[in-house]
Amino acid sequence: MLNIIVCVKAVPDPNDADKLKIDPVTKSLPRSDISLVINPLDSHALEAALEIKRNDDAHITILCMGPPPAGNIVKECLALGADKGILLSDPAFAGADAFATAYTLAKAIEKNGAVDLIFCGMASSDGATEWVGPEIATFLNMPVVTMVNEIVENAGDEWIVKADYEHGYRKVKIKLPAVLTVTRNLNQPKALSFSGILKARKKEIITWDLKDLGVPVENVGLKGSPTIVTEMTRLESRREVEILEGSLQEKVDRLIKILKNSGVVNV
Amino acid sequence: MSKIKTQVFVMAEQAGGRIRPVSLQIVGKARHLADQLDSKVGAILLGQNVTERAQELIAAGANSVYLGDSDSLHPYQAELYTEIIVNLLLEHRPEIFLLGSTFMGRELAPLIAAKLKTGLTAHCIDLLIDNEGILEQKIPAYGGMITIICPEKRPQMATVAEGVFLNPELDSTNIGDIIPIDLPEKFPLRVQTLEIVVEKPEGVSLETASVIVAGGAGAEDQDGWQQIAKLAEVLNAGFGSTRPAVDEGWTELETMIGQSGKMVSPELYIGVGLSGELQHMVGIVGAKVMIAINNDAKAPVFEQVDYGIVEDCRTFVPALVETLKKSND
Repeated sequence: MLNIIVCVKAVPDPNDADKLKIDPVTKSLPRSDISLVINPLDSHALEAALEIKRNDDAHITILCMGPPPAGNIVKECLALGADKGILLSDPAFAGADAFATAYTLAKAIEKNGAVDLIFCGMASSDGATEWVGPEIATFLNMPVVTMVNEIVENAGDEWIVKADYEHGYRKVKIKLPAVLTVTRNLNQPKALSFSGILKARKKEIITWDLKDLGVPVENVGLKGSPTIVTEMTRLESRREVEILEGSLQEKVDRLIKILKNSGVVNV
Repeated sequence: MSKIKTQVFVMAEQAGGRIRPVSLQIVGKARHLADQLDSKVGAILLGQNVTERAQELIAAGANSVYLGDSDSLHPYQAELYTEIIVNLLLEHRPEIFLLGSTFMGRELAPLIAAKLKTGLTAHCIDLLIDNEGILEQKIPAYGGMITIICPEKRPQMATVAEGVFLNPELDSTNIGDIIPIDLPEKFPLRVQTLEIVVEKPEGVSLETASVIVAGGAGAEDQDGWQQIAKLAEVLNAGFGSTRPAVDEGWTELETMIGQSGKMVSPELYIGVGLSGELQHMVGIVGAKVMIAINNDAKAPVFEQVDYGIVEDCRTFVPALVETLKKSND
């Protein structure tokens, strides 16, 4: 049986992005109750695991670090077909950069036991960093391929995958146990089903805190993060804008004049 | 303290035997940073038949090139490259290590950072030295700019996309050392690049286009997207996109403009149906004329362009294309 871990992150709903803006006065992020959703790329990571489970004997564990409300994201993953959920939640974990996040997730993966495959989304939509997957691999001394867009062969413990590369792709052979970070081109995540939601009720979600992981407090969260944010500034507008007035056709005509005046368009 | 020679290191990536432009750009930036720190620039160059390219890195501002030229270094192998680079960084202890935001750089950077237990900032759009000699790493986020530092761990690591920094002037009279690297005899081979395939022709390159049309979520669907594509075609423009458009599946990731995508410098930029998120807008560097079409008058894009058109792009763009076609006939 393949033991698969899928790392998921609860991120602010991208549809609420305009609520999450630097306050020009306090130069910090306003407190708000923005709803959390699964990081979109992580749903492709989950789907990759589910595809394997449809054809093979596999056990899927969801691993998520976040505040207690992130448990809803774990539940959603169970309803989509994962077998077990682990939520890493402790005030000490707050403020973690990619390094401290990867360290904490790696410790939880060690504690959880045998693992053959770890899937992560290739980036998170809120921080846009891509480091957690490969850093987990380093902490667990596993090989990794980032930005996987196709699984070519997955028989046995040597897999062949394709990964994004400049103007083409990279074909890679990788020995399990391994970490794969995935792109949105790998698959099409399926929607929640009612029967999935019913089944998920019986599935287990474990919550682990700092004590459960047994790691020093200075290795996690803000304290365990090599990088810190020192400053936030609101960007000032750089240009004097002219809003074109008039009817739609008047605006079209005026725009074409502007295009002509630019000297780089032949119209 | 002053006897310790600080250094700024750069990963110099090559493809098809040529140094990638982003690598020359970060060598040029490293030169500026090193001058402020009164230190030196070291560039790491790995590949097969790349020895004659080392001089180019010196011309761009490197004092030393650490050169690995071997068939075992082609194609790119993550574990071998990581081991070589980590060993070099442990030996020379640079203050700063920069990589291009290429697919290779984006994979190697976290592998190296985790091994060295140091911090790593993704896709910086500016790098500065503060009063205490610490590297300030700027990234756009939350409608503004964030400064990240790595105060204690070394090296301070960051990735930078192509086009963020200017191409340096190459001075062939520069003198530097080319230092061959001892390659490890044994290294893990749990992951092996079998081949790298370049399949897409570069086409109308966004990086060099003088006119760029970029589309966003306001296209609403594939039909709306095709309308914007037509506008790009009529204007003979490069056609770029935002993250939401890529997420919708209307276009490929390689067309994305912005912090984690492409940096572009067109003469004329037209943003269609996009709100002006900073992660996208920072990708347009020094455009002369900027135009935005969006149905929301409050969209932040209207603070960042020269001409704004408050219209639904799904009605405005077809009308514009129609009129342009007529005037072309």
